[in-house]
Amino acid sequence: MTRLLKILEYGLSSLARRKFKNFSIIAIYSFTIAALASILLLTHSLKEIAVNVLADGPDIVVQRLTGGRHDLIPANYTQGIEQLAGVGRVTPRIWGYYYDSLYQTNYTMLGVQQDMPQLEMVEGRMVVADGECTVGQGVATAQNAEIGNELLLINSAGIGSTCEITGMFKARSNLWTNDLILFTKDDLQRFFATPAGLATDITVEVFNPKEIPVVAQKIRQLFPDTRPVTINEILHTYESVFNWRSGMMLTIFASSLIAFSILAWDKATGISGEEKQEIGILKAIGWDTGDILALKFSEGSVISVTAFLLGIFFAYIHVFLLGAPLLVPVLKGWSVLFPPLHLVPYVNMYQIFTLGFLTIVPYMASTVIPSWKSAITDPESIMRG
Amino acid sequence: MIRTRFFLSCIALLLISLALLSLHSRHGKQVWITQELTPNRELVAHLALTDLALWTEARYTRHPALADFFAPFQDFPASFEHFPAGSIIAPHLPAVSTTLRVRRITDGSPQ
Repeated sequence: MTRLLKILEYGLSSLARRKFKNFSIIAIYSFTIAALASILLLTHSLKEIAVNVLADGPDIVVQRLTGGRHDLIPANYTQGIEQLAGVGRVTPRIWGYYYDSLYQTNYTMLGVQQDMPQLEMVEGRMVVADGECTVGQGVATAQNAEIGNELLLINSAGIGSTCEITGMFKARSNLWTNDLILFTKDDLQRFFATPAGLATDITVEVFNPKEIPVVAQKIRQLFPDTRPVTINEILHTYESVFNWRSGMMLTIFASSLIAFSILAWDKATGISGEEKQEIGILKAIGWDTGDILALKFSEGSVISVTAFLLGIFFAYIHVFLLGAPLLVPVLKGWSVLFPPLHLVPYVNMYQIFTLGFLTIVPYMASTVIPSWKSAITDPESIMRG
Repeated sequence: MIRTRFFLSCIALLLISLALLSLHSRHGKQVWITQELTPNRELVAHLALTDLALWTEARYTRHPALADFFAPFQDFPASFEHFPAGSIIAPHLPAVSTTLRVRRITDGSPQ
């Protein structure tokens, strides 16, 4: 133990002799790990939030396809679906998008039943009558509106239509409701001029979750022009959107890994003449190959472990305490109403250990292998260069 | 051994900080689960929401779960993506629906 500590002490002195170079390596190395870990933490957290909350979403959403594209669905399809065994409530939905040219933002509009209960996430009250609406925080901010104000929107006939804001979704539900405006179903049907008897899609409740795929298959057989989207498919979408292979992960991961590879390659392709000479001198004064490898291993560990811990520390602070300000512009894209991110600190230890394995081991290998090559060479020829 | 002590102290400090962050993570999750998960699930259940309101620029980025399979890159094959979010969202392939069924054999014949 004492021997190892002494080797570590010597390794630290050796690193201190090349202070600037080694601090630069630690800084770049920890930056690379912080970038990689930030993406892992951010995407994992979003995935966990999505999967945990969406688990209570509709069991099946039935869309009608016309010419391979989503089309309005006859509301009387509900009668056929209700007849299927194991099916509970079948509800036709009216919803759609609205582009506000004044504020250049897109809103999502959803029609709800007038008997909708008061929800905890709504400040004020839910819509209960025509001419009323409940809006998300993003919509309220864009329109500079408050509860009690009138919201002016242009309907599909091109005529201005107003609604009174009776409620506002709380900021804690921003991830779901930031761009949402709720109306009564009849009101929204008139606003979009949706023909009577048609709906945007139909949600289906299935009593036994194990029967969802069977019910979806039956709906497809009953109405061949429909596409049932099951809750598992919805959850699967969010699992794939935020997984390791997603576009964002791949892009930043690839560039960070390339940067890291350049760093490791630089180390692996050879050690400096000064370092070779040092190994030669140590061999000449009686250090054996094992000691030199232990020394180089300790030097590599000092740099990689320090950089890894610093990287993870900064990534956590960046994502969960600061709200990922460096990643939000990448995530945001052209989304004008992007909700402020208040992420739940979900950390997947498996991902962190994998990241550690993928970054620490190659760096250690690239430090030890060239040193081992020098250590097994004759000290005199090393010192002569 | 001054350098070793200094280095080990720094590592210990970093480990303690990470342990504190881990407590922060546990606490944050607990608070979210007890205070926000249920009302958010209630919201999703009552309004039948299917997607996160993250990307509002296009139909298929606002509702990736309900988008047509071919919605991204819909202008022509291999066209450049219109919206940055389209590069972030990975194409999702249908989940594997294969299942293995193991049944008990009674009276010498499989049920």
